[in-house]
Amino acid sequence: MVRHILLALMLLSGLAAPAAAQAPASTAPPPEIAKAIAEVASSDGAVQEAAAVALGKTGDRKTLPLLEALREGSVAVRSLPGGKKETVIVGDKVSEGDKTFVPLFTAYGKDPILAPDGKPLLAELSTLEEVATGRSLRLAIRPLIDAFSGNTQLADAAWTVRKSAATKMGNSGDPAALPALSEALAREKDRWVRYELEQAIALIRLKSGTEAERAAAATALGDLGSADALDRLRDAAADGAAPAALRQAAADSVKRVERWALLTSTIQTGFQGLSLGSILLLMALGLAIVFGLMGVINMAHGELMALGAYATFVTQGLFQAHAPGAFEYYFLVALPLSFLVSAAAGFALERGVIRFLYGRPLETLLLTWGVSLMIQQGLRLWFGAANVDVISPQWLSGGIPVMIGVQLPYNRLFIIGLAAVAVAAMYLLLFRTDAGLRIRAVTQNRGMAACLGVRSRRVDALTFALGAGLAGVAGCALTQIGNVGPELGQNYIVDSFMVVVTGGVGKLAGTIFAAAGIGGLNKIIEPELGAVFGKVAILVAVILFIQRRPSGLFAAKGRYADS
Amino acid sequence: MRTHERWAYLALAFLLVVGLPLLNSLPKDSPLHVSDFTLNLFGKFVTYAILALGIDLIWGYAGVLSLGHGVFFGLGAYAMGMHLMLEIGTQSVYRNVLPDFMVWNRVTELPWFWKPFYSVPFTLLAVVAVPGLVALVFGFLTFRSRIRGVYFSIITQALALCAWLTFNRNAMNLGGTNGLSGFKTIFGFSLNDPATQRGLYVTSALFLCAAFLLCRWIVRSPAGKVLVAIRDSETRVLFCGYSPAAFKVFVFTVSAMLAGVAGALYVGQVGIITPARIGVLPSIEMIIWVAVGGRGTLLGPVVGAVGVNWLQSLLTTHYPDLWLLVLGGMFVAVVLFFPDGVVGTVQKLAGRLRRVGGELKFDPAGGERPPLLPQTPPPVRKER
Repeated sequence: MVRHILLALMLLSGLAAPAAAQAPASTAPPPEIAKAIAEVASSDGAVQEAAAVALGKTGDRKTLPLLEALREGSVAVRSLPGGKKETVIVGDKVSEGDKTFVPLFTAYGKDPILAPDGKPLLAELSTLEEVATGRSLRLAIRPLIDAFSGNTQLADAAWTVRKSAATKMGNSGDPAALPALSEALAREKDRWVRYELEQAIALIRLKSGTEAERAAAATALGDLGSADALDRLRDAAADGAAPAALRQAAADSVKRVERWALLTSTIQTGFQGLSLGSILLLMALGLAIVFGLMGVINMAHGELMALGAYATFVTQGLFQAHAPGAFEYYFLVALPLSFLVSAAAGFALERGVIRFLYGRPLETLLLTWGVSLMIQQGLRLWFGAANVDVISPQWLSGGIPVMIGVQLPYNRLFIIGLAAVAVAAMYLLLFRTDAGLRIRAVTQNRGMAACLGVRSRRVDALTFALGAGLAGVAGCALTQIGNVGPELGQNYIVDSFMVVVTGGVGKLAGTIFAAAGIGGLNKIIEPELGAVFGKVAILVAVILFIQRRPSGLFAAKGRYADS
Repeated sequence: MRTHERWAYLALAFLLVVGLPLLNSLPKDSPLHVSDFTLNLFGKFVTYAILALGIDLIWGYAGVLSLGHGVFFGLGAYAMGMHLMLEIGTQSVYRNVLPDFMVWNRVTELPWFWKPFYSVPFTLLAVVAVPGLVALVFGFLTFRSRIRGVYFSIITQALALCAWLTFNRNAMNLGGTNGLSGFKTIFGFSLNDPATQRGLYVTSALFLCAAFLLCRWIVRSPAGKVLVAIRDSETRVLFCGYSPAAFKVFVFTVSAMLAGVAGALYVGQVGIITPARIGVLPSIEMIIWVAVGGRGTLLGPVVGAVGVNWLQSLLTTHYPDLWLLVLGGMFVAVVLFFPDGVVGTVQKLAGRLRRVGGELKFDPAGGERPPLLPQTPPPVRKER
């Protein structure tokens, strides 16, 4: 990483030096470019287009501003004193009284044109002759600009930029891009960019090479396992007019690419299941502990999660308004904040109502459902019924490519990491601290623990707050991969209850396995049966599962009839 | 039951079955006239009351909280709705024998499971049999493996979610999100005719009376005593040699059948059934009717279903934003302050008044009733 930055700095300084040297001497364009620049202003569309293409073909970067200006329609012709005419680029308009002035720039290199007094020259708009640009001209210019920007991007310091430039050029299928791609490939060190470059070259060759080149390109694409090329390979294999060797090579490659795609999609699915499972785990962890401790099913758990998500949304808004410079780091503030908000709400809920209902689980269920309706409607009245936008910070977008066709997005990795940290923290808390000892004592035998001096009610309230806080963290994490709306909690609550039911009560391991299992199953079934039947299948699976193990995966051993 | 109580019930039944329709047939300018709209509204409430009776049977008496009764209601309603859809025939917008939504979805042939619904007897059978069968299988699978308490509630909630998701799918050929609507006739009578609506209302009210009597019969039978025993201590019932699972499956099935009947009566009067009626939220709303009215009494669910829905129709027309807050508040208030519901609280007060009034003789109905919920001893937790 450091090496890359250093390299980039060196490149930048190297680029900057000659540019600085050239700047004062506003160079005159070579004659053929000058001719094209003059012709671009022609009133004949065909001449204009030919001139623009000629400019693009020169590959001279200094003609890029003119092409861009042509596309935006900010090119004009001014009359010079000697009756000569000059094509110029027009800057942003400035109004002075009832006249409108514009700064002028040279067509070649876009240097400001100076007035005799050394200040930038402002010309009155009405003295200029605007160059009309038709639709066909703009269409013709676009690929030219793309080629320029592609070439620039291929040398960019950030590998993601280089990579996407290569992809884009490959998809355009323009043979003119081949030299630039090969050149870039020769100097490229990053294996993912190299991969994209090779793929782009092969794609272009497949489209417009000689017969031998096309067949070789088809084989190469197969070697690359390129999923992007699958459609084109299929076309080539099915193309009756194509030579047999090419068709054969394409058909082979299609098979290989498909096999590779199956592997990558399996890995991708597993990964998505894992991250969904992590969200479920964060949700279910709090639920399961509270359920184990107090026998309370908290139907408002989903809404506590929604509170966490909205806390993140509000934090984001505050950062945007008051500290736009630190916006990238809002998420680090939002994470503990959403924990606190939800934990406070949970604490209030427990102290306010739930503590009056111990030993009456069904009533608590109804009560918390009522609370959840109120929170939900409150959120709807306050923030509106529509989903709100939470922007991911830069450092959570993108991902790590681990193999061809498999990219692990940072946000999902982050969520998995978060869940792992939460589980580890929970484990340490429960099994390595005095507070955890008290929680376990009350879970096992409330009356006995109370006799021995554990303030069981306080343990209840704090554990409830802790579970609620975990839901808040889950909500905060969820903003990075899902929609945030008032119904957010409802979408996850049934799933997380399934986790609790399957995992059994009071066992961390059961919750973890059940969350991973249900999350994974969800993602595996979804593409096969669709989201709806996926859910149905999971319900059936859970019901059948508890036929065999009525008290969950890891049931507590005991001989109590009521458990 | 004491005589005056019996008279009160009879008077109430008479008012519901005969009184309201009579008031409806009064001339429009009469101060006592009940509009067609109000009668229709009450018809809807009456079907809800049948549903609530079923829920009370399983929750108030057997102590099993099902959060999936919307599904059974929906199954009954869809069964009836399918028949009504077929009855439209070629009078539909597209003049096709197929229901309109199938024409939109480019279904060319009536799906096989629609065909039997041409038959009236089959439809009437399906209205009770389909929800009954689903409940039987579901109840057998869950109660047999001794899933109880909150576990059962959660599983039934998942059932409601799944049913909602499934019925929303166009591929199910059940109308998707829009459900079934646009009915024209019911068994040949025009649904637009106020007389038909009045007839449907009277039918619903009669069914409510029948459901009430059925529930009373079950509750008072020896099986009903076992149900209450299961509610109060399932383990003890088990050790006494009864099979709680069998009783629970039975009462769950009866309850689902009542819900199916309610759904079928609902469709004719409201004219539409959509998946929105069978999801998680409507299913749990049904619980609140029973809780507000008073579970463990047979009058309670009827009072609750009519009262809560009346309040809802008043509130949603004037303050639509407030309804969910009020509903949530009702859950909290009932659980915290009126666990016996309106009817239970009134009965308690009446019992207390009577005793204060000096009536010292033993009074089994008016005095302290057994607790409504399993008063599990303050959680003595399992040890390891």
